[in-house]
Amino acid sequence: MAKIIVVTSGKGGVGKTTSAAAISTGLALRGKKTVVIDFDVGLRNLDLIMGCERRVVYDLVNVIQGEAGLNQARIRDKRVENLFILPASQTRDKDALTQEGVEKILEQLKGDFDYILCDSPAGIERGAQLAMYYADEAIVVTNPEVSSVRDSDRILGRLGSKTQRAEQGLDPVKEHLLITRYKPARVTSGDMLTLDDIREILAIDLLGLIPESEAVLRASNQGVPVTHDASSDAGQAYTDTVSRLLGEEMPLRFHEMQRKSLLSRMFGGSRR
Amino acid sequence: MKLLEFLKRERKKSASVAKERLQIIVAHQRSQRGQPDYMPLLERELLEVIRRYVHVDDDAIQISLDSEDNCSVLELNVTLPKS
Repeated sequence: MAKIIVVTSGKGGVGKTTSAAAISTGLALRGKKTVVIDFDVGLRNLDLIMGCERRVVYDLVNVIQGEAGLNQARIRDKRVENLFILPASQTRDKDALTQEGVEKILEQLKGDFDYILCDSPAGIERGAQLAMYYADEAIVVTNPEVSSVRDSDRILGRLGSKTQRAEQGLDPVKEHLLITRYKPARVTSGDMLTLDDIREILAIDLLGLIPESEAVLRASNQGVPVTHDASSDAGQAYTDTVSRLLGEEMPLRFHEMQRKSLLSRMFGGSRR
Repeated sequence: MKLLEFLKRERKKSASVAKERLQIIVAHQRSQRGQPDYMPLLERELLEVIRRYVHVDDDAIQISLDSEDNCSVLELNVTLPKS
């Protein structure tokens, strides 16, 4: 039976889709059969980040409305085995998503996969609500910035009250904190919330920390999830994150300022 | 003298300002968690009613809803000014 994980944040632009793409890729690379679903109906972007935008034929809404089967709509990733993408609809509006429809799709996928990742849209409306409703675990993506932290706290409140687990009195949704766009140099200078500040305010377990990295834009430009860029800091940070998600202990990296050596200062430093 | 003070004064780091502000707003958000959606409106309307008789400040009213076994208790706390 698959584990359903929602990647959520409340605030937009913090890195949900980047993280959903990178983590699902990482899980598949570890041999876990994974499907990642885009819940952002009307503004799909996961296909672009995963590099399969030209192979989209059917989408989530087509499946919900019975116009296509799940096997027709899901797209097999070209780079990793065991990875599938279920894109969101570009043309329909978000009301096309129904709770029963989403439940039916998840039930069908559960038997086939180890992990189902739901890439939530920003906000707290229907798409976001449905993306989290059936979740077993949640990855709350947060930037070290006031509005993102506040919105993450709002989302935590909803995870504790507006999910199936909460409504049926089951074990609560397991909440993980994923901090992205972290800049150790600005933290050191006192102009950015520290890792511990965010942990203290939100009071949930830290799953990973992704430094601000040039590799992320490079990855999205190319449509190759950053996990594949194994030499980059962000790629390695996501790989660590996936290991922790699988229950392994990994020391935290990239949270401290790197002192540049004389040589790298002279020659421009290593590729990050 | 002024200049010396200016130089010695340590600028408060913006991150610690951010942390303090967040701690306050998050605590406020959490206190409202699980409360029905009508609570903020109820609070405002109660305040309006009270103001028809006495002038009170915006923050002079505190309401909370506690659920016990088979009943809910609405607690209303209003601080009235000294008359």
